[in-house]
Amino acid sequence: MSGASALVRSLEELGVDVVFGIPGGAILPAYDPLFDSQKVRHILVRHEQGAGHAATGYAQATGRVGVCMATSGPGATNLVTPIADAYMDSVPMVAITGQVAKSSIGTDAFQEADIQGITLPITKHNYLVQSGEELPRILAEAFHLASTGRPGPVLVDIPKDVLVGQTTFSWPPTLELPGYHPTLHPHGKQIREAARMLASAKRPVLYVGGGVLKAGASASLRKLAELTGVPVVTTLMARGAFPDSHPQHVGMPGMHGTVSAVYSLQRADLIVALGARFDDRVTGKLDSFAPNAAIVHADIDPAEIGKNRVADVPIVGDARYVIDELITAVGAEYAAGHKADIGDWWSQLNDLRERYPLGWEEPADGTLAPQQVIQRLGQIAGPDAIYVAGVGQHQMWAAQFISYENPATWLNSGGLGTMGYAVPAAMGAKAGAPDKMVWAIDGDGCFQMTNQELATCALEGIPIKVAVINNGNLGMVRQWQTLFYDERYSNTDLGTHKHRIPDFVKLAEALGCVGLRCETAADLDNTIAAAMAVTDQPVVIDFVVGKDAMVWPMVAAGTGNDEIMFARGVRPHFDEDDI
Amino acid sequence: MTTHTLSVLVENKPGVLARVSGLFSRRGFNIDSLAVGETEHPEVSRITIVVNADASPLEQVTKQLNKLVNVLKIVELEHNASVQRELLLIKVRADRPVRSQVLETVQLFRARVVDVAPDALTIEATGTAEKLDALIRDLEPYGIKEMVQSGMVAIGRGSRSITMGPSLRAAS
Repeated sequence: MSGASALVRSLEELGVDVVFGIPGGAILPAYDPLFDSQKVRHILVRHEQGAGHAATGYAQATGRVGVCMATSGPGATNLVTPIADAYMDSVPMVAITGQVAKSSIGTDAFQEADIQGITLPITKHNYLVQSGEELPRILAEAFHLASTGRPGPVLVDIPKDVLVGQTTFSWPPTLELPGYHPTLHPHGKQIREAARMLASAKRPVLYVGGGVLKAGASASLRKLAELTGVPVVTTLMARGAFPDSHPQHVGMPGMHGTVSAVYSLQRADLIVALGARFDDRVTGKLDSFAPNAAIVHADIDPAEIGKNRVADVPIVGDARYVIDELITAVGAEYAAGHKADIGDWWSQLNDLRERYPLGWEEPADGTLAPQQVIQRLGQIAGPDAIYVAGVGQHQMWAAQFISYENPATWLNSGGLGTMGYAVPAAMGAKAGAPDKMVWAIDGDGCFQMTNQELATCALEGIPIKVAVINNGNLGMVRQWQTLFYDERYSNTDLGTHKHRIPDFVKLAEALGCVGLRCETAADLDNTIAAAMAVTDQPVVIDFVVGKDAMVWPMVAAGTGNDEIMFARGVRPHFDEDDI
Repeated sequence: MTTHTLSVLVENKPGVLARVSGLFSRRGFNIDSLAVGETEHPEVSRITIVVNADASPLEQVTKQLNKLVNVLKIVELEHNASVQRELLLIKVRADRPVRSQVLETVQLFRARVVDVAPDALTIEATGTAEKLDALIRDLEPYGIKEMVQSGMVAIGRGSRSITMGPSLRAAS
């Protein structure tokens, strides 16, 4: 058979049901056998970036490897942003690119780009295939690498002559990965030490990151939390790993986290980090982060441990095994009569939760409050829907004001902060989980970067819903200009209010979607209900909201978490004497 | 900051050197010296990297290196417990009046003359970086016309071998 047939057969054997992509010269041979595949559905996107983010959304919603495909040169370079995005957020993705024929590589041939070289720093691993014989093995390795250990994107670049040439196919191939041995099971001694500290700490916190979701460890986490009674914070990447409604959930930490969550880390005597990486958006200024806390740091990637903050107890392992073994070890500590009282700690945190709840001020100019839109959307669509955000103010409000109760219901671009992520990622999520209601919550800036994929959604029968939180501006940048640049609004007004260019309702209709608009609080519930009533077509709601709303609380970049502002000019009372 | 010598065993495949060296610059490290060649297992190459770094950033870069799929094993070779060698080829001005003095220096350093011209000698020397630096210093007054140095290679002392082990057996 041809190399192209071997590629498609391999994808079938690997259980791939959906590929997002666009054909072009070098990858063209692969599209011929793909046309006949009964198992692999190809979704023709409008831009390769859309294919990449769709693969990510698919992976985040299903836990399976997301697959995208593009041709050589510009097709491949258009995948760079979503690959970098998947790398930062540890998303299992396989990107397949066509390459010019081997004999032309290095000659600056038409549509040639060294995509293997370009993606070296943003992939977990990548391949330039040399022959049809190695295709099945390389694809099997790519899927194995993408989905095991710390997940991540893997790129497979296939020269055209390899696709066209004849080869033999046999399955399963033998993986040749002598240097790849992720550590899944934690060291017993470290677990016992962590359990001892957890049982004796007076101000402990479980700092939960995206790794807990990747490991499918939410149920175990809940057991550990309930066994210990310890407060839990969930990072931006871990929203939904622990139910927001749970009394032990004290919120999201970080730059726009709740006062109680930020405080819990700052004043902790023990932080147990589970699949989290002490990102600068969580720690604020590193020197002043959690000054009195001992650190237990559990992660599947040894390179994360001690990278930003020294770990007193490093634990390398899969979050599920780590948490399960912690449960047993903590149980043994309790049985031996070791259990510190954390009642005072809880009264401090409860007091902060009461005094500094998440909220917003109604806009003085009578405009619709974006926070209200997002909160109502979350309440009406409920905790079973999947919410996919772009990047900016709307993303933070969606992280804050929607209550996440289940894993894999909150998708966003956390590490790279990719504007334009929402629409294509929502498309991928809906393709992977067609029975779920999928809401993209997007900004008017983000939406204009990738809304072309709504045409894909309309034609391919992927009825996502998009809430455009349209404040007419690049809202987060504008917020920083308000706070740090003397309200000099350089290049943040998008004209989507002033000129209504584009008109998002007309744009939606042009893209084969239902377009709705909501400008007042009175219309809010009705408009959301109208969007939810449409099940056979994508829907876009243009929520016209005020431009002056800001995301609070906020730890300004470069400052310490103790400098958290509850609202503009309002510093929470944070010290022990105040409580 | 102190100098560290890392022996990195990698799969002998195209592009692996770029992955390893690229990682150093990406993480903000300057490589002082780098040498690469095959080992006794043809499927395994050995990269010797000399890098100037504090212990904690070095640990981070070692962990990052270990994440590269083609990297099989990393060993830091302690200065006292290993033999380190570099190769130097140096072309020195050496016309009649000074030629014998240059040759004396060559002998003192147990170096060898590998090419002779009427007004110049090309000298080959191996040794530690310190020894080669001393040789260069001694030859400088005569006039160095050109020189080229290899990266350092190093091997642990004693009978133990770092190229034995399960991960390497799987590669070969």
